[in-house]
Amino acid sequence: MDQLLSLAGQNLISPIILCFVLGVAASLARSDLSIPEAVAKGLSIYLLFAIGFKGGVSVAAHGIDATLGLALLAGVVLSALLPLIAFALLRLMTQMNRLDAAAVAAHYGSISIVTFVAATSVLDSRGVAYEGFMVAVAAAMEAPAILSALWLVAKGGGDGSKGMDNALLREIMLNGSIVLLVGSFFIGWATGEDGLAEISSFIVSPFKGVLCLFLLDMGLVAGRGLREGGKILRPAVLAFGVLMPLIGSVIGLGFAVALGLSSGGIALMMVLSASASYIAVPAAMRVALPEANPSLYLTLSLGVTFPFNLTLGIPLYVAVSQAVSGG
Amino acid sequence: MQTHRAKRVEITIEAVMQSRLTDALTKAGVTGYTVLPVLGGSGRSGPWSRSGQVSRASGMVQVVCIIRPERVDDLLDAAFAVVERHIGIVSVSDCDVLRAERF
Repeated sequence: MDQLLSLAGQNLISPIILCFVLGVAASLARSDLSIPEAVAKGLSIYLLFAIGFKGGVSVAAHGIDATLGLALLAGVVLSALLPLIAFALLRLMTQMNRLDAAAVAAHYGSISIVTFVAATSVLDSRGVAYEGFMVAVAAAMEAPAILSALWLVAKGGGDGSKGMDNALLREIMLNGSIVLLVGSFFIGWATGEDGLAEISSFIVSPFKGVLCLFLLDMGLVAGRGLREGGKILRPAVLAFGVLMPLIGSVIGLGFAVALGLSSGGIALMMVLSASASYIAVPAAMRVALPEANPSLYLTLSLGVTFPFNLTLGIPLYVAVSQAVSGG
Repeated sequence: MQTHRAKRVEITIEAVMQSRLTDALTKAGVTGYTVLPVLGGSGRSGPWSRSGQVSRASGMVQVVCIIRPERVDDLLDAAFAVVERHIGIVSVSDCDVLRAERF
């Protein structure tokens, strides 16, 4: 418990978290502070490239084994399974209608890459090693949740669903974030340590500073979402936004331990299972389930679950992973 | 200066639906249109702004077509099939153009 509190305390006063808090506070106070859209997009491209490249370099250094394939498979299964649990929990806890519940559930099966990046930053700063291929697991977990959600709606009669067409499938599988993450992962894998040495002054040293600015923007967006969408979140829905990541992290923990991942790998699998998407899945839901309420799922994933994971969840998952692995 | 009657159709729609809409317009024979970014606004879901959107899910674009009056029904049929269940606004107004052969 002491270790958990210490880790949580260190996490809360890190520049990354404080930048996020600044963004939320500025937004709630109705400050005109904003990060221009193009700058925010540039920051996210930088972060995706850097995290993908470094993951690929790590795989090049340590080689590949069966664990990589099994971890990818575990990621796909988790992403498909978690929406079913989230859906049941939402229906039980909140009496949310089937369409909204399925749309929200999809977000909780998919992942938040920024939460993943923040978690790797915490692990790096504590010197905890993790498997580089977890970046690929993150990419593999983006899409299956969307299919599960559409299946849940179709099973209930399909009202409100436009279903999955080839264009939507292509958009999901080839969305820019996945292409950049996987592409930079392969570049890092192909070029290895030599490639990293060539560009480390660009992708290693400035990484945390860029992450700070990006989280400032995320804080502004989360604060705006809370201000504008907070009134639609009833206590039971809010409780789901905190409970579901804890349930997801425990399931992720089980998969990670079964795979024999390192302490850092376990923590990252827990983070991926606990996080909720707010980039790829909302766009897919707007196309496939246009009558589901976007304020509901965006506010929950971005305004409740993301801040929870960032401030309290990550230190909790790291502490649990270290306790379980003895690391 | 000689001018010619035409119809101006403005479709404000979610950014995620842009390519679907323009594909449907092209299939309906409407090959001329302009896509404009929408900076922000306010509607039934409250105010929103383009800056600070982390997802394309909540962004909007406007597709503007200027066509001959006799072709407007085909355009609206094609557009409506795409936008029917989505957030957005479709409006039609009269306008005049200088070079009728281009529309």
